[in-house]
Amino acid sequence: MNIYALVKRTFDTEEKISVQNGEIAEDGAEFIINPYDEYAVEEAIRVRDEHGGEVTVLTIGSEEAEKQLRTALAMGADKAVLINTEDDLDELDEFGAATIIAEYLKDKDADLILAGNVAIDGGSGQVGPRVAELLDINYVTTITELKIDGDKATVIRDVEGDSETIEAQMPLLVTAQQGLNDPRYPSLPGIMKAKKKPLEELELDDIDLDEDDVEVKVERVDIFLPPEKQAGRVLEGDLQDQVKELVQLLRTEAKVI
Amino acid sequence: MSKKVIVLGEVRDGALRNVSFEAIAAAKKISGGGEIVGVLIGDSVQDLGQELVQYGADRVVTVEHPHLKHYTSDGFGQAFMAVHEQEEPEAIVFGHTALGKDLSPKIAAKLQSGLVSDVTEIEGEDDDAVFIRPIYSGKAFEKVKINEGTVFVTIRPNNIEPLAQDADRSGDVSAVSATIQNLRSVVKDVVTKATDGVDMSEAKVIVAGGRGVKGPEGFEPLKELADLLGGAIGASRGACDADYCDYSLQIGQTGKVVTPDLYIAAGISGAIQHLAGMSNSKVIVAINKDPEANIFKVADYGIVGDLFEVIPMMIEEIKQLKVNA
Repeated sequence: MNIYALVKRTFDTEEKISVQNGEIAEDGAEFIINPYDEYAVEEAIRVRDEHGGEVTVLTIGSEEAEKQLRTALAMGADKAVLINTEDDLDELDEFGAATIIAEYLKDKDADLILAGNVAIDGGSGQVGPRVAELLDINYVTTITELKIDGDKATVIRDVEGDSETIEAQMPLLVTAQQGLNDPRYPSLPGIMKAKKKPLEELELDDIDLDEDDVEVKVERVDIFLPPEKQAGRVLEGDLQDQVKELVQLLRTEAKVI
Repeated sequence: MSKKVIVLGEVRDGALRNVSFEAIAAAKKISGGGEIVGVLIGDSVQDLGQELVQYGADRVVTVEHPHLKHYTSDGFGQAFMAVHEQEEPEAIVFGHTALGKDLSPKIAAKLQSGLVSDVTEIEGEDDDAVFIRPIYSGKAFEKVKINEGTVFVTIRPNNIEPLAQDADRSGDVSAVSATIQNLRSVVKDVVTKATDGVDMSEAKVIVAGGRGVKGPEGFEPLKELADLLGGAIGASRGACDADYCDYSLQIGQTGKVVTPDLYIAAGISGAIQHLAGMSNSKVIVAINKDPEANIFKVADYGIVGDLFEVIPMMIEEIKQLKVNA
């Protein structure tokens, strides 16, 4: 089976966010594979181990994203592709990202494409379904279980707490929801092997796109931090009295009950 | 220039979801006085059309088909595109719900358009509309505008105030025929896991538990309090990782981002990832044994104490209040 996992390099979830010159400050920040994409990589490896084939991890970004690709290779992916847009593009929106990925994948005959259901930075969750639509293949988002049998997959989809069992035709793109699996940590031999695995680097030219094809449709005009939440009142006194006071405050001051 | 906007109304358990009314209010701002057309897709949705009108739609079009009983991206995609071809709108608004998140990128890809997801606020109107949306799960916000093509947004539930319902408003409800075929996904079964229908993303009150609940049964008093307040249950990653509850309840940077009117955090320490998911709630109550817990830094009201003592007392107190009221 020809399997692709789409990954994005993101800030570590531990990071505090600050703004500098209208941009998110990246100095000294730790970067990781977007946690939802990690589920996608893990699932890709498991599907390959069960059904055979090859897992390619794919990302768009700068050279710095090589580190996340090597991590995915160390987990067990077979090959990696970096589409390096650093020299060509200042900005990239979901329309552009999906166009690039679909353009790369269009002649690859992927049987299965996995992605995270959302990236924890941009948070729009658009790229996966957009890619599927551009490739004209089936897709199911926010999945928590995947079983493949021939040209059909049985998928469990999380729908705001409900679980839908879906029978889906292959080729298929799925996006991973938490609970799909428990991603492995790269082992030491895995890390050693990853250094020798193929990592291909491409630019827009190599996939016959130019800047105009992926010009942003959505433009960021400002970025700001939410007002810092002020610590409120910690109530005091006898516990029973505290609870009484709390319920009163919620009713009369905060007016929420 | 005013814009014609189409708004996808969403039906759950036979009723319109609140986010659909909020989407009409958003559409009003984007339209700059242009026409607002509600869209309903399903196996039997005609009867709900008037309600969309009462909340501000000028008229409603429906697509009904037996294959549209359950949502699938192919089925709803075909239905929506049939409406799109007929109406040729300049703007589209969906709710940022499971359905909206799944369908909107497909439609945007078909239209070769931009899409602004998860909008919490709209500044300006019509061509000057600027959309505010959280990034990094609410650790920061961005303002964006759409440069060209269809203005397409999804709005986060519970953030944009719907217009008041006006029972005197009337508008046309008409059917659009669409060919619904070759569905590549089929829904075989649906298991409802959530507590009695109150969905976390739309809940006005959320009672969330962390490691402090100590086990699956520890969620019982939280559930009782949530039911009493007409709210939903949530959880921290700690509680989910410890198998006290299902991952679908997780609130935080991985998990759901919520903005209820009242968020009660019980036995949650307040890791930065959790705070990202809930700190934009309107009022936050923290209950924790540890007075140094991080959660107190974002709480409007805090009680240092054992949740297993505090929550039952709250339940009693609120019951009393309801009796007296």
